[in-house]
Amino acid sequence: MSSFGHAGLLVRRSVIRTLRQPANLVFSFIFPLLLLAVSAGGLTATTKLPNFPTNSYLTFALAVPFIQGALFSANSAGTNFAEDIESGFLSRLSLTPLSRSALLTGQLAGVVALGLLQAVVFLAVGLAAGAGFAAGIGGLPVLLALSVLITLGFGTLGALVAIRTGSGEAVQGMFPLFFVLLFLSSTSLPRDLMSVDWFRTVATYNPVSYLIEAVRSLLITGWDGKALALGFGFAAAIAVAGVYLCSRALRNRMVRT
Amino acid sequence: MSQPNGIEVDGLVRVFKKGPRAVDGIDLEVPPGEIYGFLGPNGAGKSTTVLMLTTLLPPTEGTARVAGYDVVREGAKVRIAIGAALQDAALDPFLTGREHMRLQGGLHGLDRRERERRGDELLERVGLSEAADRKVGGYSGGMKRRLDLGLALVHRPRILFLDEPTTGLDIQSRTALWEEVSRLSKEDGATVFLTTQYLEEADVLADRVGIIDHGKIVAEGTPAALKAEIGHAHVEAQPANEEDRGRLDAVLERCDGDLTSIVRELDREGIRVARLTVHEPSLDDVFLAKTGRSLEGAGDDEDELLEEALA
Amino acid sequence: MNRRFRSVALAVAARSIHNVFTNPALILPSVVFPLFFFAAFAGGLARVGDIPGFDYDPGYTAFQFAFVLIQSSAFGGVFTGFGIARDFEMGFGRRLLLAAPQRPAILVGYLIAAFVRAAFTMLVVTVVALAAGAELNAGGIDLFGLYGLAVLVNLAAALWAGGVALRVRSIQGGPLMQVPVFLLLFLAPVYVPLDLLTGWIHAVATVNPFTALLAAARDLIDGDAGTLGVAVAISAGLVALFGVWALRSLRRAEAAGG
Ligand SMILES: Nc1ncnc2c1ncn2[C@@H]1O[C@H](COP(=O)(O)OP(=O)(O)O)[C@@H](O)[C@H]1O
Ligand SMILES: [Mg+2]
Repeated sequence: MSSFGHAGLLVRRSVIRTLRQPANLVFSFIFPLLLLAVSAGGLTATTKLPNFPTNSYLTFALAVPFIQGALFSANSAGTNFAEDIESGFLSRLSLTPLSRSALLTGQLAGVVALGLLQAVVFLAVGLAAGAGFAAGIGGLPVLLALSVLITLGFGTLGALVAIRTGSGEAVQGMFPLFFVLLFLSSTSLPRDLMSVDWFRTVATYNPVSYLIEAVRSLLITGWDGKALALGFGFAAAIAVAGVYLCSRALRNRMVRT
Repeated sequence: MSQPNGIEVDGLVRVFKKGPRAVDGIDLEVPPGEIYGFLGPNGAGKSTTVLMLTTLLPPTEGTARVAGYDVVREGAKVRIAIGAALQDAALDPFLTGREHMRLQGGLHGLDRRERERRGDELLERVGLSEAADRKVGGYSGGMKRRLDLGLALVHRPRILFLDEPTTGLDIQSRTALWEEVSRLSKEDGATVFLTTQYLEEADVLADRVGIIDHGKIVAEGTPAALKAEIGHAHVEAQPANEEDRGRLDAVLERCDGDLTSIVRELDREGIRVARLTVHEPSLDDVFLAKTGRSLEGAGDDEDELLEEALA
Repeated sequence: MNRRFRSVALAVAARSIHNVFTNPALILPSVVFPLFFFAAFAGGLARVGDIPGFDYDPGYTAFQFAFVLIQSSAFGGVFTGFGIARDFEMGFGRRLLLAAPQRPAILVGYLIAAFVRAAFTMLVVTVVALAAGAELNAGGIDLFGLYGLAVLVNLAAALWAGGVALRVRSIQGGPLMQVPVFLLLFLAPVYVPLDLLTGWIHAVATVNPFTALLAAARDLIDGDAGTLGVAVAISAGLVALFGVWALRSLRRAEAAGG
């Protein structure tokens, strides 16, 4: 079989396996929506703060599930990869003529598909609940592209931990770290409304802030070139760095195993 | 309270929901000070019986008295009188051997000083003094078993339950454990209820053996009596020249296992034999005679495999 | 409580406490998560205290300190449930059932461990909150009420989670212990007082028993013990309810052979 055919099979396996796990669905869909409901409910009053960019906290908060879903995807990509390493499946694959990049693509296809599905569901639920989408129908492909890129980026980070450690437990262990990244960003308030200095500084250096703000700009302002450039820039940087580090780590592992 | 240190079981049954009749009407009596060997293949119902006798599992039917107390109505009193090392030695990988001893001593209400003293004494006794301050997670299978046995002894129980104490151990650890168990019975006068899948273990260790299969006791008695019950030694011989086979078999038939007359007859008929073996009946023969199957490999798993193969 | 009962309870408690405090993987989450919530809420949302209609004298940091204190003691209880589930999954529960003449003593032992763990977390959270500049208007009696309330919440959560653990007897039961507590905590006025909530969340928070506990905790920090009575009654009710639940679960575990 050609390397291409192999990769195709891996893509199929990865997608099916990712979408079939009920735990994945809970964490990828229900949990982010639950947090959205809680914060949209609890923080609505903050829109009364001067300079708050919108009068719908729901619209403001709707950006968060997109990023959160991507963080969970990182977890699931990493877990799947670690399982393959622990079960010896990866060793078996390294005996085939499959190239590393094809292998990586195959393994990450599942989370990318999941990311796309998440973006569609979150947007639909948000709109149904009364959120705005300022960029309109033309913004849809941009939003989806951004989501996929972000999911891919975090997916490679999850895979990286899995490849480096070969342990599903290590992947689970970084889960809280993702949570920290998410909450120490502009998740709950715009950065210029953060009054505690250290927090604003952390959020400014946290790349997750720019991912959220890019998604948020499409929802609240429409077309904000700067926000989108920063968002796409950081997402692409994470994805490129992740793919590069993964393929390097994979080279080491496949030599070792 | 007829048997203050013994075990009396009457019509004991345990049915699991969506499961088999794991124990299907067992009667037995173990007098004080005896080592009773409960022998049976995997899935026979040994552990289920032990769990009921140690008050961990309520019986579906029947009664059992341990140390003179009813296991259902007087569970707390039973638990004070007994010690048990269950099938999977449940140890906490985060604790050291010594910390396990302290915990167990505390559970049994020993005061602090007594806890330390008794713990050291038992660790010594089961040969774990050296390893006492290492985390149990790093112990070998044999060490875990020995620690579990030591823990079961903390409160000087009068009756001891050991569920497959040597399964999976190497020969050396096994022999060491056997010695310890005999010592407990001979020197401390403890009653021991021990389950095993190994014929040899029951043969060497037990004063009396009960053979269990599919939840029922199929034979019971001293190892010698059980073997005698199914007949005496029989002799197998291999002729030096294959053409003597017929005459040789006739001799064996005629002499019916009596070694002296066999040798005399063979000499008289001028038959030369290459090999002559005396086959003592074993507990496996007993098991075979009672169940139609061999004990080695009569377990659950094999049955399932067989069913799968046939399906 | 007779001597044997006490000695079993203390042995179980000592061992659980030993395990928790010697394993970073067990103690860290129960300390780090509350601190993290505290940083994210008190730090990130500080301006929420400026919303028109938000009047709470001690300030937003103290407002969130109350939530994090109660939240951390609730989760201290849930984590104890995890420990029970792990013990029964690996068969260690049988060792305890076998050695204890009176088995409720085992449950009491775990509860003592839950209390010690929560006390440690509460101490850390308090120190951090004070260092972060939370201003407490509370007097001695109010503080006593505040920590007493937190302990009742810890007890109720530990009984709830312990009950689930004794039924499921596997760490798979984790989400079942955790999610309801999480929901109860967050479907309450976490970020702003109840009157600033609107719509469905206002309706839910109004009937959520945790809302009254949280309000009482915040009032106590503000030096007002007026709502404490209701909160204590509610949490004592929860303790009684989940106490029955946990004891019945223990019977289940016994009937199943541990
Ligand atoms: N908790 C349980 N639920 C259902 N079936 C069980 C349970 N425990 C044991 N069994 C079944 O009862 C039978 C006897 O098991 P057990 O007493 O463990 O046998 P042994 O200890 O002799 O290997 C087996 O068929 C086993 O599968
Ligand atoms: Mg067994």
